[in-house]
Amino acid sequence: MEEIKFTIDGQEVTAKPGQSVLEATLAAGIYIPNLCYDPKLEPYGGCRLCVVEIEGMRGLPTACTTKVTPGMKVRSETPEVHQVRKITMELLVADHPLECLTCSLNQRCDLQKAAAFLGVDQSRLRRSERALANDESNPFFVRDFKKCILCARCVRVCSEVRGLGAIDMAKRGYEAFISPFAGLPIADSICESCGECVDHCPTGALYVRGEAILPGKEVKTICPYCGVGCQMVLGIRQNRIVKVLGDLTYPVNSGSLCVKGRFGLDFASSEDRLKTPLIKKNGQLVEATWDEALDLVASRFKEIKKKHGGQAIAGLCSAKATNEENYLFQKFIRAGAGSPHIDHCARL
Amino acid sequence: MTNSISEFETADTVFIIGSNTTEAHPIIGLKLRRAALFHGAKIIVADPRRIDITQVAKLHLRQRSGTDVALINAMMNVILAEGLEDKNFIAERTEGLEDALPAIKEMTPERAEKITGVPAENIRQAGRMFAQADRASIVYAMGITQHSHGTDNVKALCNLAMLTGNLGKEGAGVNPLRGQNNVQGACDMGGLPNVLPGYKPVTDEAARKVFEEAWGVKLPEKPGLTMIEMLNAAEKGEIKALFIMGENPALSDPNLNHTRHALDQCEFLVVQDIFLTETAQFADVVLPGASFAEKDGTFTNTERRVGRVRQALTLPGQARQDWQIIQDLSNRMGYAMKYDSPRQILEEINQLVPQYAGITWYRIEKKGIQWPCPDTSHPGTKFLHQDKFTRGKGKFHPTPFIESAELPDKKYPLLLTTGRQLYHFHTSTMTGRVEGLEELCPGGSVEINPEDAAGLEIMDGEKVEVASRRGKVEAIALVTEKVPKGTIFMPFHFAAAPANMLTNDALDPTAKIPELKVCAAAVRKVA
Amino acid sequence: MRFEQLQARAKKAWQEVVSPQIPLIRMGMATCGRAAGGQELLQAFQEELAKNKIQAQFSEVGCLGLCYAEPMAEIILPGRPGVLFAKLTPAKMKKIGEDYLVHGKIVGDSALAVMGPARNGTPAFTDLPMVKGQQRTALRNCGIIDPTNLDHYLAHDGYVGLKRALSLSPDEVIAEVKTSGLRGRGGAGFPTGQKWEFCRKATGTPKYLICNADEGDPGAFMDRSVLESDPHSVLEGMALAAYAIGAEHGYIYCRAEYPLALERLDLAIRQATEHNLLGDNILGSGFNLHLKIKMGAGAFVCGEETALMASIEGRRGMPRTRPPFPANQGLFGKPTTINNVETLANLPPILAKGGAWYAGFGTEKSKGTKTFALAGKVDRTGLIEVPMGITLKEIVFDIGGGSPIGKKIKAVQTGGPSGGCIPAELFDLPVDYERLAAVGSIMGSGGMVVLDENTCMVDVARYFLEFTKNESCGKCAPCRLGTRQMHEILTDICAGRGRPGDIELLEEIGAAVRKGSLCALGGTAPNPVLTTIQHYRHEYEQHIQDQRCFAGVCKALITYSINAETCNGCRVCATNCPQQAISGEKKKPHVIDTALCIKCGICYEMCKFDAVVRQ
Repeated sequence: MEEIKFTIDGQEVTAKPGQSVLEATLAAGIYIPNLCYDPKLEPYGGCRLCVVEIEGMRGLPTACTTKVTPGMKVRSETPEVHQVRKITMELLVADHPLECLTCSLNQRCDLQKAAAFLGVDQSRLRRSERALANDESNPFFVRDFKKCILCARCVRVCSEVRGLGAIDMAKRGYEAFISPFAGLPIADSICESCGECVDHCPTGALYVRGEAILPGKEVKTICPYCGVGCQMVLGIRQNRIVKVLGDLTYPVNSGSLCVKGRFGLDFASSEDRLKTPLIKKNGQLVEATWDEALDLVASRFKEIKKKHGGQAIAGLCSAKATNEENYLFQKFIRAGAGSPHIDHCARL
Repeated sequence: MTNSISEFETADTVFIIGSNTTEAHPIIGLKLRRAALFHGAKIIVADPRRIDITQVAKLHLRQRSGTDVALINAMMNVILAEGLEDKNFIAERTEGLEDALPAIKEMTPERAEKITGVPAENIRQAGRMFAQADRASIVYAMGITQHSHGTDNVKALCNLAMLTGNLGKEGAGVNPLRGQNNVQGACDMGGLPNVLPGYKPVTDEAARKVFEEAWGVKLPEKPGLTMIEMLNAAEKGEIKALFIMGENPALSDPNLNHTRHALDQCEFLVVQDIFLTETAQFADVVLPGASFAEKDGTFTNTERRVGRVRQALTLPGQARQDWQIIQDLSNRMGYAMKYDSPRQILEEINQLVPQYAGITWYRIEKKGIQWPCPDTSHPGTKFLHQDKFTRGKGKFHPTPFIESAELPDKKYPLLLTTGRQLYHFHTSTMTGRVEGLEELCPGGSVEINPEDAAGLEIMDGEKVEVASRRGKVEAIALVTEKVPKGTIFMPFHFAAAPANMLTNDALDPTAKIPELKVCAAAVRKVA
Repeated sequence: MRFEQLQARAKKAWQEVVSPQIPLIRMGMATCGRAAGGQELLQAFQEELAKNKIQAQFSEVGCLGLCYAEPMAEIILPGRPGVLFAKLTPAKMKKIGEDYLVHGKIVGDSALAVMGPARNGTPAFTDLPMVKGQQRTALRNCGIIDPTNLDHYLAHDGYVGLKRALSLSPDEVIAEVKTSGLRGRGGAGFPTGQKWEFCRKATGTPKYLICNADEGDPGAFMDRSVLESDPHSVLEGMALAAYAIGAEHGYIYCRAEYPLALERLDLAIRQATEHNLLGDNILGSGFNLHLKIKMGAGAFVCGEETALMASIEGRRGMPRTRPPFPANQGLFGKPTTINNVETLANLPPILAKGGAWYAGFGTEKSKGTKTFALAGKVDRTGLIEVPMGITLKEIVFDIGGGSPIGKKIKAVQTGGPSGGCIPAELFDLPVDYERLAAVGSIMGSGGMVVLDENTCMVDVARYFLEFTKNESCGKCAPCRLGTRQMHEILTDICAGRGRPGDIELLEEIGAAVRKGSLCALGGTAPNPVLTTIQHYRHEYEQHIQDQRCFAGVCKALITYSINAETCNGCRVCATNCPQQAISGEKKKPHVIDTALCIKCGICYEMCKFDAVVRQ
C-alpha cells in the first residue's frame, strides 16, 4: 500500500494508510503527549492532550482521531496548542494525588511522562481529591479512584477487546467514575479477572497487588494452562514471577490472557514444590538422592522387563510436558523399556 | 483444529457444541464473543447448561446430555429436506453419503425433539443457520468426546461439515479444542498407544521401520493399552510397573475408587511431577521435575501452532529437567540417550516427524509455526484439507443414535454431567496453589435446577451428598437455572469434592474415552 | 380515505370549534397550564356548571405562550368569537361562569383578549403587547388547536406541506428548504437544507432521521411546548425531512421528564399511521416512514448529536469526535440527519407556502423566525416567536414589558449555559446568529433570561458553571475538570475567598476549555464566565479586591445594618428575623447583631421605611 506523506511542524513524515496523525507521528519518533490513546483500542479523543493545529481544519483537532491525508500540514508545537495542553495537564495534576514516589507506576506512568513534557505548574489551581474509597474486592488487583484520569482505557479494553463490558463510566461530570453495573464492587460483577484493564491503565489507578517491584528480566514463554497456547511475557525478579503480561505480538492471543495465565502462575514458586526425589519406605515417602532413586527405578524396570517382558511396563506421558519431553518419554517406553503401552490424558 | 483461532472472527456462523468455551478456553471464548459482537457472526450453542457464551448466541439448544447425535442428525435431516446441502462439495470431495443417509433420514426434527428435548423448530432454525452460512465453523470439546459414543458424536459433526461444504476453507472447519496446553503436542509426539510420532500407526511396518532404524531397536508391532485399560491391567496384575510423568489420574479419571485401587495395586509405580499429587502419593518412587517456567522446549497448541517455551526460573532444590531425568534413567537401563539440549531433541523430531520437518528451533522464535510444515521454507498451514483430505475423499460415516451407557433411573434419578470452571484448571494441582483463584472460586459445588432442588427440599448453599453407583461425595448446592431440570453439574477440579468419584468409566469402543459427561446420580440433603 | 376527504372532514370538525352549538370551554393544558393548576380549575368548573345545569362542552388546548397569564381558558359562545380569560382562580372562574357563560357579559377587565376583533374594551389577541411583535410559525398552532385531535391540525393546513413535497423530488424539497434559509434551531444554526443534502448524498443504507427533542437548557421549554401543543407539526416535519434525505426510519429522542410530550407524540404517531400520513406508502406516494420514540434519561449532554446517537444505540450518552459527521456515519454507523423539534415544526409551512415566504422574515443571514423562552426579571414571561432581526430592546421591553417592579434591567442571558450575558447597553442589537456571536453569546436553542440590577454577574456565571460542571459527561478532561475548576474559583470569589489573579486564571482556563473540549458542551461552557468578565470585569474586581457584592447577592460579601435615623422601631424586622439577630425597643431604632445574622435579607425585604441597609 502507498505511504502517505505529511508534515509535522515542518518535518516530513510518512504514514501508512489509515493511520492517525498521532500513530504516524509517534511511529516517526516524535512525541505528542497522550493519555487515552492505546494502539489496541479505537481512538477516543478524551484526554485532549494530543490536540494539534491542522491547516484547513477548524479548531484544534485531536491527533488520535484524525486520519492522515496526503500533504496534511500538522503543527504540534504552536503556543496555542501548548497552552491548551498545558492547562489540560494542570487540571489533571490538580486532581491527582502527588504521591508519585510511592506509586506502583512510578516512572512508568504516562501521566508523569506527559506532565514532564509539558512542564506544568501545580501551584496556581485549586486542588481536589475524589472521595471514593479504593475498590479492593478483587484478590488480584486494586482500583484507586483518586488516581483515575478517566481515560476509559480499562472500560474500552473490557468492551472492545474482551467483548465483556464489565465496567463503564458511571455518573456525570466531576462525579464520574469507572464502575461495574449498579455500582457493585468489581468482585461482585461479571468481571472475569483477566487483568487486561490493569495492563492498559496509564496511571496507578489500577494496579496488581504485590507488583510494587519491577522485574529484573523478562522472558517470553507459553502459558501452562489450556490448549489455546497464549504467549506471555514473564517478569522475573529474585527467581519469582513478579509480573505477567500477554505478548502483544503473538498471533494467538495478541496480548490477551485469562485470569489463570495472568494471575495463576504463582504455583511455580510454591513451597509445596517437590525438591528432592522420594522413595517409599515402609509405606512412607522419604527423601532420597537422585542416584538412589534412579538406580532403584532402573533396576526395578529391568527386573520386571526381564521377568515379564516389556509389555508389563506402561507409561503415561504428559499433556503438560513439552514436545521434546513427550517425544523422549515415548521413545524411552517404546525403545528403552520395550513396551507398547504409552498414553496420556488426551481423553480427559 | 482444522482451522486457526484467528479464523473464528471471519466465520459467518459458529456452531458450539459440548464446549464451555469462555471458561475452558477463555481466549478462544473471547474470539467467539468478538465474532458475535463485532463481526456479526451468528452463534449457535448446543449445551444443556446455560453457559456464558449463550449470552451472545442467536440460538441456544439445550439438548439432554448424551443426545448430541440425535440433534446433529436432525440438523442434517433439515438441511437435506430443504435442499440446503452443498451438492458440489459432496460430489467432488466426499464419498459414502448414501451409507450415512438412513440414520439422518429417520431423525426428523420431531423425533429428535422427543429424544433431545430441543423444540423441532429450533433444530430447523439451527440447521438452516448453519447450512446457509458461507463459512460455518464447528467448535467442540470434551462435551462431545467424553461419551461412550463420543466417536459417533465426532463423526456426526464431520458429516455435518462435509454435507454443507464447510471444510478446507477459511473460517469454517471442524475445530476440537484441546484441553491442555500441550495435549496436541503429546499426541503429535506419539504419546498414544496406537501411533508413533507423527501419527504413524504402530501396525504400519514401513513406518515402524523408519523409527527402528533411527532408534536402533525393534519396536512393538501391536498397539498398546490406553490409560484406562492400563489401570485395569495394573489392577489385574498384568501391568507390573507404571511410569507416570506429569499426570494425575487419581483425580482426573472416572470412577476414582476404582482408579485409586488400581494405582494401589500396581507393583511398582513411578511418578515424575512438580507436586506431590494425589497420584504421587501412591508412588514407590517420586521424581521432582520442572515446571513450565523452568524449561526450554516447545508446546503445540490446539490450532497446531508450535511455539517456544523458555526457561525463566531456576529449578527449586534438586529438581531436574524432565528430559534429563528420562535420559538418565534410559541410560541407566542400558538404552543410550545422548542429547545435550531440548533443541537437539527437536532436531531429531524434525528428522522423523514429517509434519514437524520445517519447524526448527529458530524459525519459531517469534510467532511459532502451524504444522504441517514439510520443510524449512514452508510457512506452515493455517487450515487443513484445502484441496483434498488426508485420505483423499472425505468419508461420511453412518451415525445412528445410541443412548448413554447409564441413564437416570428410579434409584439415581438425576443426570450428572461434569466440566470445567474459569478459575481452575483440571485437577487444580496448579490453580489450587494460587490464593486469589481459591478466593474467587472456592469450588466444591454442585449445580442443581430450582425445581429439582425444591423437590428435594434443598436450599441454595446447603450441603448435599451426591451419589452414584460408584461412590458418593459431599458438595455445596448451587441452585440455578443454568442447569436444566433433571440435570446436575459438577466441576471435576476439586480434591475436596471429587466429581470423578461418581463418573462412569464406560468407554467409547473406538477412542477408549470414558463417559465423563453422563451418569446417573442421586442428591440428598446432608443433615 | 383520500387526503382531500380527510381535509374536508377536518374542516367540518374545526367548524364545530369556532362556532359551537353549545358553549365551548377550551382550557390551556400543556405542562405550564397544568402546573398553574389548570386541571383542578377545570374539574371544579365542570362540577360547578353541572350543579347549575349549565350546558357546556370542554376541550384542551396547548400552550399559547403567555406563561405570566396562566392558567387560561378560552370560552366560545355560539355565534361569538372566543374570549380568553387569564390568571384564573376558582373564584374568578365561578364568576366568569355566571357573567359570561350565562349572561354573555364580560365584566370589568376579567377577559384578557378576544380571539377576533377587539370588543367592548377587550383587546384583540393579536394586539396584546406580548403578541403583537410576534410572528408565530413554529408555534402557529400552539394553544389554538387540540393537540390530541388530528382534524384540528389538518384544518390548519396540516400535512399540506407533506402532500406537496411528495409531488416533488427529494432534491426539489431540499432546494425549497435552502430557499427558505432555515437554519438549525437547536443552537448551532447550521443550514438545514445543506445538512439534508450531505445526508442525501452520503452512501450507505439505511439512512436515519432523528428528531432531537432532548431539550436541556435550564429554563428553556420551546420544544416541550411544541411537542405538547402541536405534535403533528413535528411529525409532518419529520416526514418531510425523511423524504428529502431518503430515510425510512426515524427516531424521536425525547427526555423522560416530558411525560405529556411523550404521550402526545405516541398518540399522534398512531393517528398519523392510521390515516396513512406515516407508515408504508404514505398518501399513495410509495414513500415509507416508520417512527420510534426513544426516551432519554435527562442528561444535558444527550442533546449533543453524537451523544444522543450513542444513547439511542444503547450506550452511555457521551459525544465522540467529529468527523465522521452523522451525515456520513451516524446512528448505527449509517448516514443520519438530526433535526431539532423547532426546526422540524417550521418545515410544514415552508413546504406549504414556499421557501421564499419564510425567507421574507429575518435578516440577511438569519432567515425566518425564532422562538424564545422569555424568563427572569421581566413582566411578561412566556414563550414567544419573533422574526429574526428584532432587537433585544423590543423583546425585553415591548414584548416582555420590562421589569415588573421598576428595577433597572442590566442584561439578558441568551443561549442558556452555553450562552453569554449581553449588557443592556447593547440592547439595540438585532437578534440573529452572527450578531449574538459577535458579542460573545450565542442564539442557542432559545433560552432568554432577563437580569436586573439586583443580579450579581459573578453569581450568574457561578450558577451556569455549576450546571455545566454537573452535566459534563466526564469524557474529556478539559470540560470535566475545567468546569469544576472554574466553578471552584467562582465559588471562592462569591464567598470572599477570591485571590488576585483569579480573573486572569478564569480567562486562561476558559480559553483552554473552549478550545480543548471534545464537544460543544465544553466548548461553550466557559461562555457565561468569559462574557461576564468581558462586560462586567469590575464586578469581579469588586468581589476580589474590595470584598463587595454591590448587587447584594453574595452573602459573604454583604452586611445588613439598620439606619438609626430612618428606623422607627416598628419591630417588623425583629419579629420576622429567623435568627432573632435584631434587637431594640419598640419605637426606638433597632440593631442587627452581625454575628447572628445569616444574611437572608428578610429584614431588608420587609422594611417599609428603607431603614435596613445592605452593603
